[in-house]
Formats: sequence, C-alpha cells, structure tokens
Amino acid sequence: TKEELIDLYTKMTTMRRMEQAADALYKQKMIRGFCHLAIGQEAVSVGMEAAIDGDDRVITSYRCHTFAVLRGGTIKGVIAELMGRVDGMSFGKGGSMHIFTPSFFGGNGIVGAQVPVGAGISLAQKYLKQKSCTFALYGDGASNQGQVFEAYNMAKLWNLPCVFVCENNKYGMGTSAERSSQNTAFFTRGDQIPGLQVNAMDILAVKRACQWAKEWTTSGKGPLVMEMVTYRYGGHSMSDPGTTYRTRDEVQQMRAQHDAIAGLKKYITEWGVADEAQLKAIDKAAKEEVDVAVEEAKKSPFPDLKEFWTDIY
Amino acid sequence: AVSQVTVRDALNQALDEELERDERVFLLGEEVAQYDGAYKISRGLWKKYGDKRVIDTPISEMGFAGIAVGAAMAGLRPVCEFMTFNFSMQAIDQVINSAAKSCYMSAGSISVPIVFRGPNGASAGVAAQHSQCFAAWYGHCPGLKVVSPWSSEDAKGLLKASIRDDNPVVMLESELLYGVPFEMSEQAQSKEFVIPIGKAKIERPGTHVTLVAHSRPVGHCIEAAAVLSKEGVECEVINLRTIRPMDIEAVEASVVKTNHLVTVEGGWPQFGVGAEICARIMEGPAFNYLDAPAVRVTGADVPMPYAKILEDNSIPQVKDIVFAVKKALNI
Repeated sequence: TKEELIDLYTKMTTMRRMEQAADALYKQKMIRGFCHLAIGQEAVSVGMEAAIDGDDRVITSYRCHTFAVLRGGTIKGVIAELMGRVDGMSFGKGGSMHIFTPSFFGGNGIVGAQVPVGAGISLAQKYLKQKSCTFALYGDGASNQGQVFEAYNMAKLWNLPCVFVCENNKYGMGTSAERSSQNTAFFTRGDQIPGLQVNAMDILAVKRACQWAKEWTTSGKGPLVMEMVTYRYGGHSMSDPGTTYRTRDEVQQMRAQHDAIAGLKKYITEWGVADEAQLKAIDKAAKEEVDVAVEEAKKSPFPDLKEFWTDIY
Repeated sequence: AVSQVTVRDALNQALDEELERDERVFLLGEEVAQYDGAYKISRGLWKKYGDKRVIDTPISEMGFAGIAVGAAMAGLRPVCEFMTFNFSMQAIDQVINSAAKSCYMSAGSISVPIVFRGPNGASAGVAAQHSQCFAAWYGHCPGLKVVSPWSSEDAKGLLKASIRDDNPVVMLESELLYGVPFEMSEQAQSKEFVIPIGKAKIERPGTHVTLVAHSRPVGHCIEAAAVLSKEGVECEVINLRTIRPMDIEAVEASVVKTNHLVTVEGGWPQFGVGAEICARIMEGPAFNYLDAPAVRVTGADVPMPYAKILEDNSIPQVKDIVFAVKKALNI
C-alpha cells in the first residue's frame, strides 16, 4: 500500500541517519570501542521487520543497531547505549554489540555464535507450540564457522522454524567472500535445507522473501537458508576505512546504482505514491528525529558505580 | 526411611522430579535419550517423557550448547549434558559468552536459566584428553554458578537447585562417584529436597586442622581424617559443594577455630581452586589465625598419564592428604 511504501522509506531513511549520527559521535570520541554500522544495508532490517510480527524472533551479530530500534527499541536508547549512558537499552553495560529487546536477542560479539543460539530460540518456539519463527542472521564471513553447520544440521534434523539469513555484504572485515569461501553461493550452503537468494538492495524483495520464509517455516516445513545480497558503504567498523581491500569506484558504483533507499525512492516517485518534495520532507524529519534523540541521549548520565555489581547473582 | 542410594540414582531422581515438576525443563545431549545416557544418568527418562523432553543430539557440542542457550533465553529451562566436561571446551564460548555474560551485558533483560552438567576431572585409565578438571576454568567466570557435588545428597539437592536457578549453572560431577552408594535421609529422598547453591557443608567436625575439598577428594579427606584421628589429630572436613560463589565464610570460620588449612582438589595446581582459597584466606580475617602457611594438595602438574601406577600418583591419595596435614602441623 501507499502508506506502507512511505513507511518503509521513512524507516530506512531514519535508520541511515541514526547510523550516520553514530559515525559522527564516534569521531567525536563520544562512542568508544567497537562500532559496526549498517549504512547501505538498511533494506535488510527494515524489510524484514515489515514482513514479520512481534511474536517472531530475530538474532544477529554486532551490526545490530537498526534491528534493535525496529524490534521495539528507540533511537535514543541505542545512541545512549553506544555512549555508555544510563538511558541506553542495556543501561550502558552492554555497548554497541549487546543491545536487546523482548523479541530481539542481540547484538552478539562472537562471530557465528548467534546462529546456534537462534536455532535454539526456534526450538523453544516449536516446543511451546508458538506459530512463529526465528530469523538468525550472520554474515558472509561468519558463514564459514563450524557451528553454523552444526546449527543447520540440528535445525533440519529436528524441523525447527528457523530462517538462517546470511547477510552477504561481500566482505568479512577485509576479506572478500571469494577469498574466504570456496562456495560463495551462500544460500546453497545449508545442504539439504532449501535456500533462497535475495537482492537485498531492493526492500520489496526483502519483505516478500521474509514473508515467504515466515510462511514456510511456521507451516512445519522446517528451516530455510536465505542469502541477502547487500553492501556496506562503510568499513567493517569505525576502525576500518573500508578502502584498503576494495576500490573507491566499487563503493561509489554501488551507491550510485544499487542504493536501497534510492531504489525505493524510484519506485515511489514512478508509481506516483509521493513526489520529491514529500520525500525531502521525510528526509528532513528523519534528520530532526535523530538529532533530537542524540541530544537527549547526550543528557543521559553515566551509570552510577553501584551498577557495577548489579545483574549478577 | 534412610536408604543407600548411588550418586547415579540420585541424579536420575533429580532429573525425573524436575522434568515432572516443570514442563519447560528438558534434557539434551549425546546419548541421553535412547541409550539411557552414556553413564546411565538419564536411564528411563526418554521412555517416560519422550522425544520432546529428552533429546539426543549429534556430536556437535558447540552447536547444541548454543541451541540450549537460545532455548533458555526464549523461555525454556534446558539441562545440557556434556558427555564429559573435556568436550565442553569445544562449546566453552557458548557457556561463557552466550550464557554467563548475557544477564550482565543486557542489564538484566536477558536471562539464561540453563544447567550444563556432566562428569568432570579424573576417571580411570582414560588418559590425558579425557581427564581434565574444569573447576578452575569455570570458577573463574562471573555470571556463572559452578557446583561440584560429592555425595548422593549433594548430587540430588544441587541438581534440583541448579535447574530451579535462573542463572546459568555448571555442575561438575564425577564419573568415579556415579556408582558409589551414600546414605540418603528420608528428607533427602523427597521431591522438594534442594540444597542451597553457595553453601559449604562440614562433613566432619574437628579441631586441629581444616581440610577443604570438593567432589571425590572429599571422600579421601574423610578417610585421611580417620587415619589421623588414630594419631590424635582431629581434622575438620569441609565439603565446598559450590565452587562459585564459594562459601569462603565457612572456611574462614573453620580456620579461626583450627588455625591450620589444607586444601585438596583433583585439578592442576596452578591458578586452581586451592590457590583461590588460599588467596581469599590471606585477604580476610582468618589470616591472623593461621599458625602455619596453608598447604595445597592437588592433581599432579602433568597431563594425566595412562599407566596405572602413574595415574594413581597423579591425583591426591589419602597418604598425600595425611602428609600435607602433618606438614601443616609440623609433626
């Protein structure tokens, strides 16, 4: 519907703004440690969220900020967490990689570890006879972890409602997929598990694929592997300029020809859903929303020292 | 009525009772279902509860430990068996990074009510890769509770407590104790018998020296105490029961009384349980009551050898404990 398309555009734009704000804050040294941004990959999180509901579960790696917001979090909560403040979604105790909501299990630091955990969440869903599924995301780099194959095996053996989603952004840190993986058709690596490859720079494709995946896994057909072919404009993290292992031309070309937000904008304007001016207004509103959230987050204090000993028995 | 119950049967009872009590509890691991358990701890449970509650896994420790953690995060209460804790090394990232740290990292929004259990430490003739003690490894980590039962009462009470605990718990059993019968009171045999995690037990009161141990060495300490009693030395034997959080207060109270301390463990000496006890005693009020330095009796600082004569000398024997006590008492 028209409203949905506008909503998708708004969300992607807002998420990109948030990640860009995090980039700026990191450079101002208000965010420390690791900060992995999803700029360019917005269609995956926004498209997935549009296809699923609050009973479904999502788990991913450390490139998790957008998922955290979309799954019931807030921009202020994420930014405050990145800055280690008390209003952060983990009260400042987790940081960039450890942000959770009741339907989102992080935010995980160890590459690949979230995949069996995701399969376990789907085991619980099946055990409790819930009509929902779990999307367990990991990258092209993580796809070579042995535990991923262990999870595939058990999910298929036990018919778990788990959608294994490989977010293939072509690079695992500084190593291209071709240099890490003998088989770069990541959607085929689930062996007997059926696999799907999705152009994840097209949000409508992402949404449709996720809807289909939810249908499949919740109707007792067992797990699925879905490869989301996407791209990150930034480096692996804030410590990586992202230019030593790929050409600037490649990055620019992806931005110019395959950008997900620009792509949706094209659909919207071509289909007469909204015009340039309306979209510009959304862009402006998104920037304002993020700016306000950042200012509020900045006002949040650091945790009191007594929080040191809480949340541990 | 009081009965003789083996550790194996006590564990089996605990699992049966907890599976019956709470629908969310389930057991997974290699051979736990149709084989009745590699060490028969889960005998009869698959027959009684079926595929949903007792799950045979492929040989995929990292995978199934992760799956168990995910299930716990999503509302179930898994008991994840490692056939031995040696194999838990393959899965240790899931135990520490996915289970132990999650509550703290999420400031309480994520809870992981999971139990990782299985035999730990020395067995008989299984050699170096199958004989390691992980008490120090797991005991090191905040966010994890670590228990180490000795008697059948310990085994049952601690397993039930662990399953009911909302934190991740590592339960280090001993294969050599599985077949050993212990007296169990009527109360201990009841369905509501739970032992608090974090509390040590004085197995034998004494006045001249404090012996602190966990798991099988507790039995050796009691034997050593009997030998020493004939020579007029009365040992107080403390069964730690829990490695983390350690009941150091019980040890302190005892040392204040006896003025001498000997720690006994099956694990390697460096960075071990005994080392931790000694450090904490030094840091606390009991230090001033020590009349001599504490003495540690530990497993030999070598990978476990195979030949029986070497293996026997690799773990603390009664004579080693007696020797250590005499050293501590300078007699």
